Amino acid sequence: MDADALFLSRIQFAITIGFHFLFPPLSIGLAWLLVIVEWKGWRAGDAAWVALGKFFGKLFALTFAVGVATGIVMEFQFGTNWAEYSKFVGDIFGAPLAAEGVFAFFMESAFLGLYLFGREKVSKRVHWFSILMVAIGATISAFWIIVANSWQQTPAGYVIQNGRAELVDFWAAVFNDSTLVRYFHTIVASLIAGAFFMAGVSAWLILKNHRAELAKRSLRLSVIFGLIVSVLAVYPTGHEHARQVAHTQPEKFAAIEGLYTGQTGAPLVLFGIVNAVPPELGAEIKIPGILSWMAFGDIDAHVQGINEFPPDEIPPLWITFVSFHNMVVLGMFFIGITALSVYLLRGGKLFQKKWLLWAFVVSIPLPLAATQFGWVAAEVGRQPWIVYRMLRTDEAFSFNVTAGEVWFSIILFSIIYLLLGAVYIFLMYRKIKHGPEPVSGEGVA
Amino acid sequence: MMDLNTTWFLLFGVLIIGYAILDGFDLGVGVLHLFARNEKERRINLNAIGPVWDGNEVWLLTGGGALFAAFPIVYATVFSGFYLALMLVLTALIARAVSLEFRGKVESNAWKRSWDWAFGLGSLLAIVLFGVAVGNILRGVPIDSEGRYLGGFLELLNPYSIVIGVLSLALMVTHGAAYMTVKSDGDQRERMKSWASGGWMATVILYIFATLYTMMEAGFLFEGILGNPLFYLFMVLLLAVLIYFPIALKAGKFFKAFLSSCVTIASMLGLAAIGMFPRLVPSSIDLAYSLTIYNASSTQRTLTVMLIIALIGMPLVIAYTFYIYRVFMGKTVLTEESY
Repeated sequence: MDADALFLSRIQFAITIGFHFLFPPLSIGLAWLLVIVEWKGWRAGDAAWVALGKFFGKLFALTFAVGVATGIVMEFQFGTNWAEYSKFVGDIFGAPLAAEGVFAFFMESAFLGLYLFGREKVSKRVHWFSILMVAIGATISAFWIIVANSWQQTPAGYVIQNGRAELVDFWAAVFNDSTLVRYFHTIVASLIAGAFFMAGVSAWLILKNHRAELAKRSLRLSVIFGLIVSVLAVYPTGHEHARQVAHTQPEKFAAIEGLYTGQTGAPLVLFGIVNAVPPELGAEIKIPGILSWMAFGDIDAHVQGINEFPPDEIPPLWITFVSFHNMVVLGMFFIGITALSVYLLRGGKLFQKKWLLWAFVVSIPLPLAATQFGWVAAEVGRQPWIVYRMLRTDEAFSFNVTAGEVWFSIILFSIIYLLLGAVYIFLMYRKIKHGPEPVSGEGVA
Repeated sequence: MMDLNTTWFLLFGVLIIGYAILDGFDLGVGVLHLFARNEKERRINLNAIGPVWDGNEVWLLTGGGALFAAFPIVYATVFSGFYLALMLVLTALIARAVSLEFRGKVESNAWKRSWDWAFGLGSLLAIVLFGVAVGNILRGVPIDSEGRYLGGFLELLNPYSIVIGVLSLALMVTHGAAYMTVKSDGDQRERMKSWASGGWMATVILYIFATLYTMMEAGFLFEGILGNPLFYLFMVLLLAVLIYFPIALKAGKFFKAFLSSCVTIASMLGLAAIGMFPRLVPSSIDLAYSLTIYNASSTQRTLTVMLIIALIGMPLVIAYTFYIYRVFMGKTVLTEESY
């Protein structure tokens, strides 16, 4: 076994999925906001919303394209780098990927072409329908990916037979213990990403006094939308997801919550500095009993700590704890800033608060950071398993791929992705600076 | 009644043929793009495939997913075995995809020309590598009795597979040119016409040569083929469209010429599939070690579930794909929304 190839394959997977995963959440969030914007443009015949639809539609198209380009890699990478995994779980894991293609990719891609190129070719109704189909397609796409990934977290509906996991019950595999909570949590997080993107861009246009009258509309829409989804991210979806992890993956729960000693009346850790060996927290701020209560509905419930699991079955402690807590902090911030903004919308005070508008501008990447933190907590928290308590990560990679080959592809993808990322940001900035097209009769600034 | 494994062989074949036909013309246009004369021609090229290429590429992704689900052993063995080649394919497809989107966003000649090159070379590399991959699968790859792939990267570049790569290039350039005769007009259409007829000539010669080469290199593909009625069906179809293609082109029936090149691709891949069946990856060490639709498949239950998914999903896909192609039918006109 080539330990270097294994380690490098893990790094490569982290790089390629991490980069890819910046774009789909933003696409999903923006798609649904565009459904609203285009609806207003169509139903109210309002030229301002039409202009906003075209503007954000272009930003969406660019985001979507990079998502598609980097997504191709994911469809093949299980086979290239994780051949043993693919053989072991193919009977179950392949189906959701294929279903994603059949039920979602075709729909979003085909209708995206119609949406972007068909504005003058089809009726307004069909044009709106096309962005709706893109949004639904992207949301279904996320479903099947979460199904596949959730099955790795909480496998169900299978039997180990003939040296592999074989399907016994399709619906049990699809709706395994973690699928639905993780799906709703991920979708809500994506909607936050879309809302903060639209809010940040709109705030910037207002600050630059460029098409400010148009941007006020999209800012208003996105902060209201953003507040609703930010609350939903914490409760019920975030809370329920954490409860699910506590019940089905106690090692991960202990790691993300920083509970290194199992105890009754377990405390909720708000802050701490992780020392991995021996596992302990320094400088922690905690509230006694709350973790037990949140996870099991009883402040006296026993919560398992890291010390109660075999040492070779616990995930890395530092990264899981830090990622998870960063995500939570960001989630609280999203609620705070959108709640304040919605309050300030009355009388249009929000549009005068320059510091708050700037805060939205710099907050554009934060929901994407939050989704990355959440994903890292979820995936690293599953280690050392690639499929929880079934197949270890170090047994899953391609034995016939050498470290040299993986080095080659890591360098290749790193260069391509750095270039893609730079061009994407450059082009987005140009488009945003250009702003929406002016609308006659509006106060064009 | 066909068994499930055979059904999935067929469905996977349909996905591959669908991909080759649909993204085939996108990639072919990509290669021709390198030879475009001016900015207007280049924009016509990009916008002729602009609304549809993304949906076309999904046939590949779905093919990959279907292979993973139905024949996971093949997915794992071939993809890890062809590691470096596949990484290059992915690079090429990424370059093609983003170039389309990035190119028109900045009004600078150097910017546009750079992305033109990335677009054209990405398309070219993808076509040739797909051909080389098909060539290697046809002649068989070193798989041992345990189903392990023992080959390396350079072995993939054998003369036979390179011939298939060149055939793939000729075929897809012809196909792309035929598509562009429908989508362009004037001078551009005339040149696409001559690319199409030249490409057709090259394709016919290369196909005959490749067939003879295959008899020497992978004679097992021809065993029992004369007893298969589908063989005659595809042969007749292939002959018919190969004869009709230049006639249609000359008569200015461009859409019919394009349909002929679609059928050409389907027939060629169909014939290859007949030779392969029931193998998916022949072993060059010993044919008995080959990965087949039986020893490399998922369970019957998974194949059934997948069949239900395909039967529900694919008619819908075909319906709205057809609808969208109708919306964008006819010559490409540049508008405010174009690339």
